[in-house]
Amino acid sequence: MTVTTDQMVQLLTPTGERRPHPVYEGLIADLDGAALRGLYEDLVVVRRIDAEGTALQRQGQLGLWAPMLGQEAAQIGSGRALAADDFVFPSYREHGVAYCRGVDPADVFGMWRGTSLSCWDPYDINMAIPAIIIGAQGLHATGYALGLKRDGAEAAAIAYFGDGATSQGDIAEALGFAATYQAPAVFFCQNNHWAISEPVGLQAQVPIYQRAAGYGMPGIQVDGNDVLAVLAVTRWALQRAREGSGPALIEAVTYRMGPHTTADDPTRYRPTGELEEWRERDPLSRMLALLQREGLADEDYLDSVRAKADAVAAELRAGCLALPDPAPLTMFDNVYAEAHPLVAEERAQYAAYLDGFEGSN
Amino acid sequence: MATTRMSMAKALNAGLRKAMEDDPKVVLMGEDIGKLGGVFRITDGLQKDFGEDRVMDTPLAESGIIGTAVGLAFRGYRPVCEIQFDGFIYPAFDQIVSQVAKLHYRSRGNVKMPLTIRVPFGGGIGAVEHHSESPEAYFAHTAGLRVVSCADADDAYGMLQQAIASDDPVLFFEPKRLYQHKGEVDLDRALTAREPLHQARIARSGTDLTVAAYGPVVGTALAAAEAAAEEGVSIEVVDLRTLSPLDFDTLEQSVLRTGRLVVTHEAAVFMGMGAEIAARITERCFYHLEAPVLRVGGFHLPYPASKLEEHHLPDLDRLLHATDRVLAY
Ligand SMILES: Cc1ncc(C[n+]2csc(CCOP(=O)(O)OP(=O)(O)O)c2C)c(N)n1
Repeated sequence: MTVTTDQMVQLLTPTGERRPHPVYEGLIADLDGAALRGLYEDLVVVRRIDAEGTALQRQGQLGLWAPMLGQEAAQIGSGRALAADDFVFPSYREHGVAYCRGVDPADVFGMWRGTSLSCWDPYDINMAIPAIIIGAQGLHATGYALGLKRDGAEAAAIAYFGDGATSQGDIAEALGFAATYQAPAVFFCQNNHWAISEPVGLQAQVPIYQRAAGYGMPGIQVDGNDVLAVLAVTRWALQRAREGSGPALIEAVTYRMGPHTTADDPTRYRPTGELEEWRERDPLSRMLALLQREGLADEDYLDSVRAKADAVAAELRAGCLALPDPAPLTMFDNVYAEAHPLVAEERAQYAAYLDGFEGSN
Repeated sequence: MATTRMSMAKALNAGLRKAMEDDPKVVLMGEDIGKLGGVFRITDGLQKDFGEDRVMDTPLAESGIIGTAVGLAFRGYRPVCEIQFDGFIYPAFDQIVSQVAKLHYRSRGNVKMPLTIRVPFGGGIGAVEHHSESPEAYFAHTAGLRVVSCADADDAYGMLQQAIASDDPVLFFEPKRLYQHKGEVDLDRALTAREPLHQARIARSGTDLTVAAYGPVVGTALAAAEAAAEEGVSIEVVDLRTLSPLDFDTLEQSVLRTGRLVVTHEAAVFMGMGAEIAARITERCFYHLEAPVLRVGGFHLPYPASKLEEHHLPDLDRLLHATDRVLAY
């Protein structure tokens, strides 16, 4: 199924040439050379974070990893559009968005390493913990947005989900609720073309952004491998949400270049040639081409980008390896917010049971 | 009797294939079950051989999968639905407990719901959250559903076909950590020659106490019996196989022989299958029990992070600790 339409917003062609746009160009007019360089650095760094995740999994340090290879521009473009007060409701693949929120590198890994069920403290970085139940976070973003509106806060909530998630009732209900209450929520769908082995055509017969019309909100399709275009449309959607103009649905058309997770085998279902086709639309190379075209990519700069990626990767790796295995009895922590006799009893029984092994051999 | 050695995953695949050959009304539905063959490869090769109409890759929507299967069942089909992992059955919960379970009753027996809902369940595989749960008690609690769980390859092969042939809806819980365990499978034995789907089986005979288990922990119970035998203790292991209905007759007979019972499962002990079993066996065997019925299972917490799961799951040591306590009365 063709998923791109002539409505698709693109500000940068795959070969790195700027494309004019009557509306969205103006929304990134503030980007000077330093800002453009910053975006490219972000793209390179998150690709490196992702590669480190895959490597750590292969080395047995992580139980699982969900690579974001290919989706860097969708995540950096939208992530850099966010203000500190905005709140993110991600799925499990938003490592790039987490980086934009300033997450402590090692915190990304607890969940994948199996030392804890979540990563960061949501209130530290205004980003919820990853949702593995597909689509659940769409409703959470809607509810948070309603809270923002009631409080008169000038902020928005954004939900990230995949093309597969659009089939879930929760996403349909989220769009409905958000429209009904004009919640300041932005729905950011990364259409990476695959839900594990299922192509996007199995989930949607019309381009995903067009679904918005049925709920009474604007839908917008953007080239998800074009970091400038993603930044522009996300800024637009967030701004109108913050101003009280209601929710919007963004479909970022991108491609998952790696497997679904490190446990997946895409050779079973991916048609030959598809990956190569998308390689030509790589989000990093087109941004690099732009920098070169505009004389912004000298060797010193490129060296500094590499150095930054190396440093982040090293910090990440060290942080991951330093995550300690949790002590057994910590599994009884936080089941409830207030004391709970049953949990207390089971904890005491298990503690006594463990004590029984002490000195037994 | 010629048997073939194969993994439980392969046996389930063979069972599905046989059921589809035997009955053209059998259709499979689920996420990623086509080209990929399911994330556990249980449906491997079936779409290639039976076509996309009979092995349907569905949109990513659990309520959609089960609700659509209800409509197909109305039309005389026998849908076999795959829920990808235990923790993803909840979006379909409403369709299962409100529709699937009740349509036969509400329609005064006029509408049959011969659905089979396959659920890879349980932990012990080091997965991330929502991938290791044991939700069977929710479904056993609902009248109108049958709930079963296999513990070895041969039973997997036979029980799955029996479930599909049943005119009632069956929740078929597959112990995912046993998928790669191999066993001898009799591919030719007629379904009628097998233990019926509502019957437990004595997996190992013994005289001192009974351990009742199902699915993933039957192996743990057998290992405990093996270890106890070395200490001169004779444990009988009952593989329950079926949780609704539960075969209390077989269990009662066993407890009448041994006088003691320990029930084990991965699911949380509180309000779980073990509580029901303890209550009913106490009622039936009150004058024969030498000790209270003990339960060994999960704690009252969300399934913990994988580095802690060995503590949450009942293992050999915890099971032996319980059998020691029961024997000490
Ligand atoms: C409710 C639910 N059903 C099934 C799954 C298993 N599952 C995990 S990811 C996935 C595919 C998701 O595809 P999509 O929404 O397109 O997001 P992507 O992974 O491509 O980013 C599936 C089926 C799940 N996590 N939650």
